[in-house]
Amino acid sequence: MEATELRAQIEDLTAAYVECLDSDQLEEWPDFFTERCLYKVIPYENAALGLPIPLMYGDSRGMLRDRVVAHRNANFFAPHLYRHLVGRVRIVGEENGVISTRANYAVFRTMLDPSDYGRSELFSVGVYHDQIVFEDGKPRFREKIVVVDTSQIPTLLVTPL
Amino acid sequence: MSGLTEPRGAQPDGYPALDPTRVPYRVFTDPELYAREQEQLFRGPTWNYLALEAELAKPGDFRANFIGATPVFITRDAKGELHALVNRCAHRGAMVCREVRGNRKNMVCPYHQWSYDLNGTLRGVPFRRGINGKGGYSADFNLAEHSLTPLRLATYRGLIFGSFSESVAPLPEYLGPAMREHLDTIFNRSVSVLGFTRQLIHGNWKIYAENTKDPYHGSLLHMFHATFGSYRSSQDGGMVVNGAHSKMIALRAEESQEVAAYTQESVASFSKTLKLADPSLLASRPEFGRFTTTIQFLFPTLIVQQISNTLATRQMVPLGVDRFELLVTYFGYEDDDAELRAMRIKQSNLIGPAGLIALEDGYAVELVQRAVGYDNRATSYIELGGRGTGDQDSLVTETAIRAFWKAYGELMGVRWGGSADGSYGTARAD
Repeated sequence: MEATELRAQIEDLTAAYVECLDSDQLEEWPDFFTERCLYKVIPYENAALGLPIPLMYGDSRGMLRDRVVAHRNANFFAPHLYRHLVGRVRIVGEENGVISTRANYAVFRTMLDPSDYGRSELFSVGVYHDQIVFEDGKPRFREKIVVVDTSQIPTLLVTPL
Repeated sequence: MSGLTEPRGAQPDGYPALDPTRVPYRVFTDPELYAREQEQLFRGPTWNYLALEAELAKPGDFRANFIGATPVFITRDAKGELHALVNRCAHRGAMVCREVRGNRKNMVCPYHQWSYDLNGTLRGVPFRRGINGKGGYSADFNLAEHSLTPLRLATYRGLIFGSFSESVAPLPEYLGPAMREHLDTIFNRSVSVLGFTRQLIHGNWKIYAENTKDPYHGSLLHMFHATFGSYRSSQDGGMVVNGAHSKMIALRAEESQEVAAYTQESVASFSKTLKLADPSLLASRPEFGRFTTTIQFLFPTLIVQQISNTLATRQMVPLGVDRFELLVTYFGYEDDDAELRAMRIKQSNLIGPAGLIALEDGYAVELVQRAVGYDNRATSYIELGGRGTGDQDSLVTETAIRAFWKAYGELMGVRWGGSADGSYGTARAD
């Protein structure tokens, strides 16, 4: 694949990924990942100390689906919107068809509950460390490690980053 | 319980005794009470959790923390001894220890480079004799008189506590036999720290204290297990109470019993159709006999949790009358095999700020804080399981919440049952 074509596909993947989360299409979110995958959200504090405890962890598409089902049916939380801003995606390596990328992100959260309706705040800022593979010509995340600089989570984290 | 049941301030004349079944919501919003907590509670006859010894394994290791609003830090000196110190330079009050954790030979205040040993002793002051005979300190300046303020420090089973009080009971006595027994179970061998999470919750710390003493909400607010029909623990268990300390123990029971109970009560969202797509999330190994969940509250700010194979300390750090940080320290045992370690990590999905069976707690605290407003007369209603404050072999009880308020009221010497100016709710004679 041409470098420009590869870059265009990866940028489209990133844009589609955050649009999925920001437009509350959570049911489609697991399909951005390969069947066996690693989605891990980890506080900067632990990443810096080399400690393993994550905030969210899924090592299969099924486990990500379970997160979504819980989000829709089980968990209670203040309704809110996300708006992701992702910086330029840098391709840091390519080996055996696995493309490694890195990008900064910021997520603004807007509350929709009666107490704070319409209040926006910077909710989370950090870095995506991704591994992307192509399956049937379609790029998917084999691995997405979200290192969250905002180790102090405002209230709770229920919607994926 | 020694140290907690001893009233610090006398009950003012003309006010009825504390009624722990009707707690005025103003306790969550009153800035004066918050200020009084700093003096009578956090700096009073209490032992405050500071860290796990495993976090300070090597000489030179240190860790910053807070007791109430007071910054403190803990060190392990070259001889291996632990010290707890107020994190404030003896000169002009700057914070001396400026990292959350690390390893150093000494502590130097950045403002004027006053230098302290890890036990808090002042060792050096720049320009002590001035320059060219001008300025500096007088000849009778004595380094030894300007050390960092030490706290009392005590450990139990690898948990480090600090106290400002000279009169607080020794730590083992303060905890009491029932609370010690549980720490003996959880901290039965060397632990290793697996990580930390932090949450900023916009509510008074005592709303969260109530939450952790409230087994009633467990399967009602947290619907994950009910939704997926994966509930393995039950309402079988009980509360053990020692003043403001408590432990909640949920025991393993037959699944069929649990399903029947949910169906019968028509609890919202119970479903037999939703199943986990990947049940490896819940893969676990029994470690503590029939215990599935134990939540121990050690007054004033520590919670020790065991939920399946997740082990953690949770510390409330009050940041104002309507805000606190919840700092969770996750651990396993040094001798964990790879499979058990992996289980603890995967199960951490269930707890913490993004925990599938826990994330609602922060939300619930904020729902209470937002709703109580500044209504001077409104009180909560805490009569589940009766009006007593003793142990109960049921999880459908608020006994530990009542015991908390009783002990808190006695320690704080607050005018509980109602006052002429309405500052703590309507009068309610017992």
